Amino acid sequence: MGEIRRGRNRGRAARALVRHHFTGVVAGGVLVAIILAALLAPLLAPGDPIDMAPLDRLQSPGEAGWLGTDVFGRDVLSRILYGTRISLAIGGASVIFAALLGTTLGLISGYARGWRDYAIMRVMDVLFSFPSILLAILIVSINGAGFVSIMLAIVLIQTPIFARVVRSAVLVVSEVDYVQAAEALGASTSRILVRHILPNVMAPMLVQVALSISGAVVIEAALSYLGLGAVPPTPSLGSMLSENRVAMEQAPWAIFFPGVALGLLVLTINLFGDTVRDLLDPRVRSATSV
Amino acid sequence: MVSFLARRLITVVLPTLFGISILVFGAIHLIPGSFVDVMLGLSADVSVEQREQIAASYGLDDPLPVQYLRWLGDVVQGNLGESLRTGEPVLGEIVGRLPATLELTLLATLVSLIIAIPAGILAAVYRGGVVDVVLRVFGLLGLSIPNFLIGTFLVLLVSTRWPILPTTGYVPLTEDIVGNLKSLALPAISLGALLAASVMRMMRSAVLEELGKEYLMVARAKGLSGRVVVMRHAVRNALVPVITVVGIQTGYLLGGTVIVEQIFAIPGIGRLALDAVSQRDYPVVQGTTLFIAVAFVMMNVLADVVYGLVDPRIRVR
Repeated sequence: MGEIRRGRNRGRAARALVRHHFTGVVAGGVLVAIILAALLAPLLAPGDPIDMAPLDRLQSPGEAGWLGTDVFGRDVLSRILYGTRISLAIGGASVIFAALLGTTLGLISGYARGWRDYAIMRVMDVLFSFPSILLAILIVSINGAGFVSIMLAIVLIQTPIFARVVRSAVLVVSEVDYVQAAEALGASTSRILVRHILPNVMAPMLVQVALSISGAVVIEAALSYLGLGAVPPTPSLGSMLSENRVAMEQAPWAIFFPGVALGLLVLTINLFGDTVRDLLDPRVRSATSV
Repeated sequence: MVSFLARRLITVVLPTLFGISILVFGAIHLIPGSFVDVMLGLSADVSVEQREQIAASYGLDDPLPVQYLRWLGDVVQGNLGESLRTGEPVLGEIVGRLPATLELTLLATLVSLIIAIPAGILAAVYRGGVVDVVLRVFGLLGLSIPNFLIGTFLVLLVSTRWPILPTTGYVPLTEDIVGNLKSLALPAISLGALLAASVMRMMRSAVLEELGKEYLMVARAKGLSGRVVVMRHAVRNALVPVITVVGIQTGYLLGGTVIVEQIFAIPGIGRLALDAVSQRDYPVVQGTTLFIAVAFVMMNVLADVVYGLVDPRIRVR
């Protein structure tokens, strides 16, 4: 009996999800497909993403491969698949680092208050006041171009966002009765932070993770476009846009398809992130459903 | 208002500027190898004594805090050092590139406001209609698609299908006004798309909010036409929050110019910074990043001031 009931509820919940968040569900589906394609790139790619084949230069989509070849004779589809892999890996990894660092700082800042709060938040303000490309330029000028520099740049750009989001959530939660009760009962600071405050901060933090990944993907592509990120011949959606510009008139496909892939990736992550926010943010949820 | 500004200046703006200066100064001292090597380049064949002499002449043998204070003193007086490439003062190079960047930023702001404000009003007035849906799709795309991708697609479109505008180069305003505007048209659109999308969305929701208020019902009840109600009452009040967003976003546009200048080969500050990175011209990297970051902070202060002037409630806090 219980099983059937639960199954029916789950079916109803799924139908409600599709009805209320249609675009989000579609975006989620497309995103899963993109992630799978990126993971399976070695199996799916018809050609080698790196080996140059001068004889096959600038072949149109009809002549060679589904999406043609680029200025170095490499299959565009294969490079897109591998490039998406890099976008997602760099974006995902650096956002996780930024989330861990920013959450820790936000917890300290919001709970300890006082001079620690002031010091942390001023440092975050400084990082925040650098336009992201500029911070990346500074890092690349020290560390040289490459994925380490890109990830460092993304972490430094996004840590302040997480710190701010988590801090403001902590400020609200630490005033709540049960946290005050735990304090009165003599619970240690670390116990209060981990057991009572962190769980309440998870929702806004996860929402920010979803929203940050598209930002990270864009930063990676932008830096690689400028030649500050991916080092040739590594395939990156951003560098594909700039390295094929010399042959734009003869082979527009070598720019057009990577551009569409990048746009689609960012758009689906954003739409999916918005849906995650709608589902996890209690204020929005109470306004639409329940 | 004055006390609000003073408090913000002391508690937030000054510490931020201080932090920026430390970051920019410190970054250059993190470069692997000594600054003397960088100064001398690869061809240098100098003895240890000569090296020390050079270091001493630049004050590099002093402790870092002393070097920092001296550097800061120079910066405050407008001395950003000399370019390793050209030997020219960095400030002079920045000032020479400023007109292009400034014009691009202003034009991008202008273009996006001209498109976004009427579009936001239309979307709000015809809420749920075809116009609204089309505009919202454009808004979503504008918020998601990064500026360099829009720029690349524009270049692709114009150079392969529709060759009416130049896709590279910059004509100074003083030489030829029409040529100048033509050379900045595509860059301004690429740079302004994000601002246009966010202003349009804000404008739409702000107008909708105003339209739902009681004073507008009174205005309608006393027989004012829909046009007067929307344009004279709703839009005027809806513009208040939008102004702040524009102020803050214009600061972000400054950062965006770096990549847009690169796409369209416009000789602005962003391009100066990028060229400096590839040429390892550290004083120029230092000067340009410092300049843009400070300008960005100042834009935010300006946005605060404007917001305070437009909305009296903020002054009380």
